[in-house]
Amino acid sequence: MTSTDTPDLECTNLCKEFGKVRAVDNVSFEIPKGSFFSILGPSGCGKTTLMRMIAGFEDPTSGNIDIKGKSVLNTPPNKRNVKMVFQHLALFPMMNVYENIAYGLRCIGMDKAQIDQKVRDVLDRIALPDVGNREIHQLSGGQKQRIAIARCMVLDPDVLLLDEPLGALDLKLREAMKIELKLLQHQFNTTFIYITHDQSEALVMSDHVAIMNEGRFEQIGKPEELYHAPRTAFVAGFVGDSNRWSGKVTGLQDGVAKVTTDAGLTMLCQKQDGRDVREGQSVTIYVRPEFITASRSKGQDTQTSDLNAIHGKVDSVLFNGANSRVLVRGPSGELIEADVVVTGSTDDLHAGDEVRLNWSDQQTMCFAT
Amino acid sequence: MQSDIRRLSLILLFAPFALWIFLLIVLPHIGMIALSLREKVAPRVYEFGFGNYIDFIQEPIYWNTLLRTGSMSILVTFLALLIGFPIAYYIAKIAGQRSKGALFLLCLIPLWVSDLIRAFGWILLLRETGVASTFLQWTGAIDQPIEFLYNDITVVVGLVYTVILFMIVPLVSTLDGMDDAMVEAGYNLGGSGFTVLRRIIIPYAMPGIVSGCIVVFMLTAGSYLTPILLGGKNSSWFTEQIYDQFITRFNWESGAAFGFLLLAFTSLVVWLGLRLTGQTLANTVAKS
Repeated sequence: MTSTDTPDLECTNLCKEFGKVRAVDNVSFEIPKGSFFSILGPSGCGKTTLMRMIAGFEDPTSGNIDIKGKSVLNTPPNKRNVKMVFQHLALFPMMNVYENIAYGLRCIGMDKAQIDQKVRDVLDRIALPDVGNREIHQLSGGQKQRIAIARCMVLDPDVLLLDEPLGALDLKLREAMKIELKLLQHQFNTTFIYITHDQSEALVMSDHVAIMNEGRFEQIGKPEELYHAPRTAFVAGFVGDSNRWSGKVTGLQDGVAKVTTDAGLTMLCQKQDGRDVREGQSVTIYVRPEFITASRSKGQDTQTSDLNAIHGKVDSVLFNGANSRVLVRGPSGELIEADVVVTGSTDDLHAGDEVRLNWSDQQTMCFAT
Repeated sequence: MQSDIRRLSLILLFAPFALWIFLLIVLPHIGMIALSLREKVAPRVYEFGFGNYIDFIQEPIYWNTLLRTGSMSILVTFLALLIGFPIAYYIAKIAGQRSKGALFLLCLIPLWVSDLIRAFGWILLLRETGVASTFLQWTGAIDQPIEFLYNDITVVVGLVYTVILFMIVPLVSTLDGMDDAMVEAGYNLGGSGFTVLRRIIIPYAMPGIVSGCIVVFMLTAGSYLTPILLGGKNSSWFTEQIYDQFITRFNWESGAAFGFLLLAFTSLVVWLGLRLTGQTLANTVAKS
């Protein structure tokens, strides 16, 4: 392997046990140079433990961590070139902005003139050139965020870890910071590892996302792969919204499985490669709301070969601008979500309307349970 | 009606505080100042004058005692901080959630026993026929009983023991408020253990350190029982001089002047300490 394709970070068979609990269970992955990698999972899935191991605050029970091709297992946290942006940022309140950024440079014993130069450079890069003399409590939430990143980036880390740093911000600012973080990552061209439980943060910003559940990686892939081709039921249910049915496979033909749900509905779903679906097996089916089209039923309609169809009655319309949705009460009483366009005209669906829901068998994701 | 009730409740709540401040703090001090500015010219004849203060300056034993009390109090404060800080850090940051309460309680237990009894405890341990001396004789380390009492070291040890709690409590409460991530960030950005302590933990804990030091210093300089019981006649603590003037010599005027001088001196030391550390009373004692 040449030095150019050595991954910035590589974890092999990483495990961490707290007593009898396995917080991180046999996790392996590598992150190529200069990419934005997210670890997405529900709270308590072990993602923070994983990150603390990379930073050196926890020792793995077994497994290895390589940074730039060198194992860091015996390197104390203050000697690893991995910097971290903490959840609540952990800016030092007793120092001003300049001192916060200079802290790390002082620790490596850089001389004063050079520190001054570097701090000014990094403040310029985050577009806050004049805040050096300000106290931390005088900064806004977004500025604090940027200072916390600058404080790490000034040290030229191999990997920057970010532990849900947007969690404390309000919605508007969070949306803006998502884009800004992505831009900063491009600008610094450093590997970012971003830990979050918020899927939209992970999907919007990342080159690659790992979905973590109960200490294990369920799937690693590009955001669109995770969304459109989830490999496990957990990923299908966790990433994005979906309607969910459980049922049994009652027929298999030309790679299309016929599934009868517990409530007696029949659906077709195309078998995906490598997924083992046998007749008689219990399965869970996920269908994303945006792939379901809802239209007013007018008289008779026929079920075409590749279209699933359900009749129902609109229970309510959830208006949310471009993301508006209808809740349709299906034949067995369950609520099905479907995306609709609400134009404000008389054609719009209203509560009580009889509708027909259609979706293709390709958009029906089916997982053995 | 509503505002009347509000005003009444404010007055009622405020009254005990106002009474306390006025009757127990302001009034006695005014009395003390007035008393200290009287000179005795003949039996039962007094005149206004600074004679009591001039006496203090002219008699080296008086101001030497005050300086000695001050410097030993500073030493006690410093030792209490040195010993108290790691204890407070352990309780606030290292101990688990459950042992934290238990440890804190253990620190408070000595407070249930009066100063007097605690000083006698030390006497039992350290006197000529006490536990320490007997034990050392038994091991053969010494062949004659040793008197550990009545020297400066014993006084300092006893005082540190008495006041250390008042150092630990404010330190624990300040350190408790420090986010663990702050320390981790200190390491993460490349700091060594010493750097993190010097540049992050101590500056963060500074309000607690200063307020603990002020309380401990004031308590030590104003303490009477411990220096007398453990130091005996050699302790020459300034409060002893005040007691002497008031009770033994029945010279209230001079005693009042001494009392006022002690207050002025300790206030000066506290003010200097605040100036040196760049803290204010408002963000230290008032906070913890």
